[in-house]
Amino acid sequence: MYRKSLSYPYLLWAAAFIIIPLLFIVYYGLTDRTGAFTLENLAAIATAEHSKALFLSLGLSFLSTAICLLLAYPLALILSGSRLGRSGFVIFLFILPMWMNFLLRTLAWVVLLDTNGVLDSLFKLMGLPRFKIINTPAAIVFGMVYDFLPFMILPIYNVISKIDKNVVNAARDLGASSFQTLYKIIFPLSLPGVISGITMVFIPSLTTFVISTLLGGGKILLIGNVIEQEFMKGTSWHVGSGLSLVLMLFIIGSMVLSSKYDNGEGNVL
Amino acid sequence: MGNRLIELQNITKIYDGHKVLDDLNLYFNENKFLTLLGPSGCGKTTTLRILGGFETPDEGRVIFGGEDITSLPPNKRQLNTVFQKYALFTHMNIAENIAFGLKISGKSKAYIDDKIKYALKLVNLEGYEKRMPDSLSGGQQQRIAIARAIVNEPKILLLDEPLGALDLKLRQEMQYELIRMKNELGITFIYVTHDQEEALTMSDTIVVMNQGYIQQIGTPEDIYNEPTNAFVADFIGDSNIFPGTMLEDKVVDIFGIIFPCVDTGFGRNRPVDVVIRPEDVELGEPGCGTLDGVVSHLIFKGVHYEMEVTACGQEWLVQSTKMHPVGQKVSIRVDPFNIQIMNKPESEDEEAVVLDV
Ligand SMILES: Nc1ncnc2c1ncn2[C@@H]1O[C@H](COP(=O)(O)OP(=O)(O)OP(=O)(O)O)[C@@H](O)[C@H]1O
Ligand SMILES: [Mg+2]
Repeated sequence: MYRKSLSYPYLLWAAAFIIIPLLFIVYYGLTDRTGAFTLENLAAIATAEHSKALFLSLGLSFLSTAICLLLAYPLALILSGSRLGRSGFVIFLFILPMWMNFLLRTLAWVVLLDTNGVLDSLFKLMGLPRFKIINTPAAIVFGMVYDFLPFMILPIYNVISKIDKNVVNAARDLGASSFQTLYKIIFPLSLPGVISGITMVFIPSLTTFVISTLLGGGKILLIGNVIEQEFMKGTSWHVGSGLSLVLMLFIIGSMVLSSKYDNGEGNVL
Repeated sequence: MGNRLIELQNITKIYDGHKVLDDLNLYFNENKFLTLLGPSGCGKTTTLRILGGFETPDEGRVIFGGEDITSLPPNKRQLNTVFQKYALFTHMNIAENIAFGLKISGKSKAYIDDKIKYALKLVNLEGYEKRMPDSLSGGQQQRIAIARAIVNEPKILLLDEPLGALDLKLRQEMQYELIRMKNELGITFIYVTHDQEEALTMSDTIVVMNQGYIQQIGTPEDIYNEPTNAFVADFIGDSNIFPGTMLEDKVVDIFGIIFPCVDTGFGRNRPVDVVIRPEDVELGEPGCGTLDGVVSHLIFKGVHYEMEVTACGQEWLVQSTKMHPVGQKVSIRVDPFNIQIMNKPESEDEEAVVLDV
């Protein structure tokens, strides 16, 4: 009884700030301006513009998640095996940017990548072809990778550094080369970390509108931008909510998929 | 010489400027049960890790079958290790765990299946193929770790305190299991423990270590009955260790009392350590022994009583099946044959002794 009553404030919090807003979204998403039930807001995803944004979002999120994984895994592996890594200092360096405002970090990349920006000028100075990736999908992927990479590194590093050294030794002892040990022992054991890393990069990438606004120059619409516009530009809360619900389906889908592999050990954030 | 299987030559290992092993020389013969015994931190695990290839010595060589394998990685060595905390692969079932080494070496499926059956039978866990390691008890996991190692038919099995995490009853059972397995497999077991009773029970040969030095090598009987120094005597079983003076051959002075003994060759008036096992102290009627004392403590230990007798201002530890109540006056007598005389160590960490195994 005592334990249960302790949870009431949290339940209240959850009701007020999670459940009720969610119900509002569902309500708006499933009604039209007159308040009548409709599925049209959900169907709005099928319009050429919207579905293009959704597929672009899925594609870019997928790409940036993959890049993050490819960058983070070897790094986490090396760090967990080295004295320098175990002291936590290098990990600290990689987390440091997270202390800075997210908007600021992304804006910094605008300055760096912009036409006549830092990198472009540098390229021009050295007589290289001009560096023009601002306002392209590449710039957006760049931003996503930069912003979300720590969320991939941390859980993977955490899981790998918790793997019993003697389990790795045992594999070596039984005849496995270091590469065989990596793919037969270390990788399977680190899967929970990989899965939570993927979830934590993929979901914010899928829903972001800040990165695409700043680095895409407003010319490239992701599904996040579409939803933002529906709400902020006053077009229609109903359509915006409907699209949100569709996006939610994708997110829930990806989480269900990952929870199948995840036994909970990798959740660190 | 015998047929040396594996040999450590002049091994020195330094961690953070601290010499963990200092010029260690040791070799192991075929088909023997050898135990490295010593207190915590004396370098047993380090020795085993050097044998297994997980650690390279700062100086010295590891010789296996006449070849220098000092810098050979663990996967190329013909020996397998059973780790202290089992180190099973938790993402694989028992059969996959046992098959791991065999699959790597490219054995056929039929061969592997046969081996799994054989190994599970050997460790008394038939039918456990599909279970996951997490669902097994500590003792069962330890036996799987042994099965996983022995299917690869190593020449040597290294075991690092494999029974450390088990309760007393299970530990004793496993001790007999291990001896049985060793005899069935006919390979060399190198066993690490800090439990002297375990070492005495299981070993053909015991290597007593302290602070990176070998103190004594010998059969369990040798080590127990004739410890070469006070450290070994103290570490192996309970003992009374008194400072004494060897007056001449076969006569030793302990606290001014003359005891006849059987040791010779120490010279005259030489300071020595005298070791007397508690079960060798005989109590009797006052005045009937070599000296008199008073019983000051009494504990019932099951098989025997353990008493402390104060005599000449010293506590004598005594074990006897006959009980003497606290406060009783008794006499103390020791058979000359049961008085063990040892040279005093030159320094705290005494020089290594290198003997034939
Ligand atoms: N990787 C390491 N880095 C630094 N010091 C180490 C390392 N491994 C062992 N040592 C030190 O070396 C000494 C011997 O360690 P070792 O593990 O061989 O002891 P042990 O005899 O196995 O003890 P125990 O019975 O407690 O397992 C200890 O003082 C230990 O602190
Ligand atoms: Mg140890």
